[in-house]
Amino acid sequence: MAATAEERLQQRVLAPVTHTSRAWYLWLGFLVLLVGAGLFAYNAQLQGGLAVTGMRDTVIWGLYISNFVFFSGVSMAGTFISAILRITGAEWRRPLTRIAELTTVSALLMCALMPLVDMGRPDRVLYLLRYGRLQSPIVWDIIAITTYLTASVIYLYLFLIPDAALLRDGLKGKVSRLRHGLYALLALGWQGLPEQRRRIERGAAIMMVLIIPIGVTVHSVVSWIFGMTYRSGWDSTIFAPYFAVGALYSGVAMLITLMFVLRRVCHLEEYLTEKHFRYLGYMLAAFGVLYLYFTFAEYLTVAYKLEGGESLLLEELLLGRYSLLVWSGFFGGQILPILVVLLPATRTLPILFVASVLVNVGMYIKRYVIVVPSLANPLMPYEWGVYTPTWVELAVTGASFGGFVLVFTLFTKLFPIISVWEMREGWERARQPAGAGLAAAPAALSPDAGGGAHA
Amino acid sequence: MDGKQNHQKWQLSRRRLLALMATAGAAAVAAPLAPSLLTKVRGASAATGGQRQTPLRQWAMVFDLRKCEGCVTTDKAPQCVEGCNAEHFVPQGQEWIRVFEVEGAAGHNYFLPRPCMQCENPPCVNVCPVGATYRTDEGIILINHDRCIGCRMCMAACPYGVRSFNWDQPPNPAGATFANYSPEYPVPHRRGTVEKCMLCAHRVGDGRLPACAEACPMYAVYLGDLGEDIATNGKEVVKLSDFLAANSAFRLKEDLGTRPRVWYIPGHGQDEGHDITVRSRPKKARSWQEQGATLEHKDEGVKK
Repeated sequence: MAATAEERLQQRVLAPVTHTSRAWYLWLGFLVLLVGAGLFAYNAQLQGGLAVTGMRDTVIWGLYISNFVFFSGVSMAGTFISAILRITGAEWRRPLTRIAELTTVSALLMCALMPLVDMGRPDRVLYLLRYGRLQSPIVWDIIAITTYLTASVIYLYLFLIPDAALLRDGLKGKVSRLRHGLYALLALGWQGLPEQRRRIERGAAIMMVLIIPIGVTVHSVVSWIFGMTYRSGWDSTIFAPYFAVGALYSGVAMLITLMFVLRRVCHLEEYLTEKHFRYLGYMLAAFGVLYLYFTFAEYLTVAYKLEGGESLLLEELLLGRYSLLVWSGFFGGQILPILVVLLPATRTLPILFVASVLVNVGMYIKRYVIVVPSLANPLMPYEWGVYTPTWVELAVTGASFGGFVLVFTLFTKLFPIISVWEMREGWERARQPAGAGLAAAPAALSPDAGGGAHA
Repeated sequence: MDGKQNHQKWQLSRRRLLALMATAGAAAVAAPLAPSLLTKVRGASAATGGQRQTPLRQWAMVFDLRKCEGCVTTDKAPQCVEGCNAEHFVPQGQEWIRVFEVEGAAGHNYFLPRPCMQCENPPCVNVCPVGATYRTDEGIILINHDRCIGCRMCMAACPYGVRSFNWDQPPNPAGATFANYSPEYPVPHRRGTVEKCMLCAHRVGDGRLPACAEACPMYAVYLGDLGEDIATNGKEVVKLSDFLAANSAFRLKEDLGTRPRVWYIPGHGQDEGHDITVRSRPKKARSWQEQGATLEHKDEGVKK
């Protein structure tokens, strides 16, 4: 029975690898156009300098830094969720870990690009290595992001090795020699031997513990870019945990969005079931409520005292020129999605999908109103700064989202988006409920073992 | 027993060895980083050290607000700004020294010229990722425009909004183009780098007043030396500490702990006959490239 299940799974997830539809090419073309437009815009910026953006001396950072914070947030959750679920032995993780890990890698690539795009002198980027000073939050960011990117790629790759071997053995002669060579190279001579399994499990055990604190550092140091300054709205002691919780909230939402789309496009209904969405919905609600709590704590302590610059900022945020953004982000991106997820009547897949998209729209707005108003708020007796992004910034932002999706599009063409060997492992465990030791406990939570225990 | 002791000894020594290895490892990692940690002002010694034989100055500035009336009674733009703009070919849209009209708590209005505060605990220097901005031994914050990567973190960190950015390539006239660039006199200007007042480091070293002090028709701007405890506005010489104490001098945003080296003597231009009941804004100073031409200001955000 499991054999046929596995065959079905292989058929499903390898279908995009072996068969390329015309729709896929159209979609790829669209994404390439999007990224191309961004490259064109960036070229205009290289020619004309940052003067082609809407940033000026008062509002010195804009969409680029908002994107940076947004993508770093999205990146934090993927690997984090995958690692937490693995450590706790949650069996339902199996079909979604790879999607989560890929989300991290893809978002982190876009996140790392943004400060480079924002640089006034991109020709001097290597000065960061040559003259880097450890006391600068920017250098903390470079260290944290490169570490997390490296760790995430290793983490994604470790669990990909057996699947690469599967592709190497299964697709021989069916794909080009170059591609087959790639699979063979990535499989590292994997034969499924007990010694190989032992090693990969050992590596995975180390990585899944390591990757959680590394993930937390990334979003903490991103928040400290702001938290290490004197500016109203940024000068906050809770910024690191506030950002980290926001990152988890936004990242879980992104995972739900991507899973929903992949489920439809790749016909994964059998594997990404309603239960997975329901569980992720619970996580979303939990992080959402936690984020509400942080938001409340942050604003209350400021609003109670109404200290000079802070009160000016707060007034503009809640009642003034940013109030529409702030309140729509708050109700649309925080209150409404949480309610929708918590009410059983509205907890259907399409509504959950819409809610997850709303969360990320809201979180993007949140990042924007963290970055821009604090800069526009006058430090000396001058007028509020103004900022309107130009087409260059919009095109680069569009390209960053396009690039994020492009990584997924290309990945599904090359590798199974659901980890085949991990699913197989799950079935094997489910078939041996009397198995000794550790295997027994997680088996009770497995999808096939009757949902009574967990649902 | 003996064997156990031996065993313990061996364990201890192993632990020690591990600790030693860990220390050595940490030292090996830290060694290349140590210079960057220790020399906060890297480049400073190269910039100033060994060039002059005179003792080190500890530069400071004093603005006597009793004499400053934003040049409104003269019906001119603030002369300190104009002097600075001309001296440094300050790019259009920037004002390295800027005159604000402030609404005082007592309902009066007064004028506040704001150059770089030359903080002793400079937030901008702390956050610079590449050491492009640094504090010299004489207490001036400079920018090495050959090093600046244009991340603008220093601009986010400065609590006085002192810094400007060359969003575009500023036009450099012949006089600027052939100037010999140095962080003390950062001309010609470069696109994609940060600019600010550097207390006319190129002038004060030669015993001249900063351009703003020289240009002030009211002699409201003093250049001081904390080391020698002396200050001058070009007309009179005062004992700096007495001058500050006797006139209840203050510093901007004292509570932040940045320890600025710019002091203000409270006032509202009364010495120059400024009528506090009249609301009169200082005229917009023009940069050297705008003289005679009406060009739109690029920096909408700071337009008065």
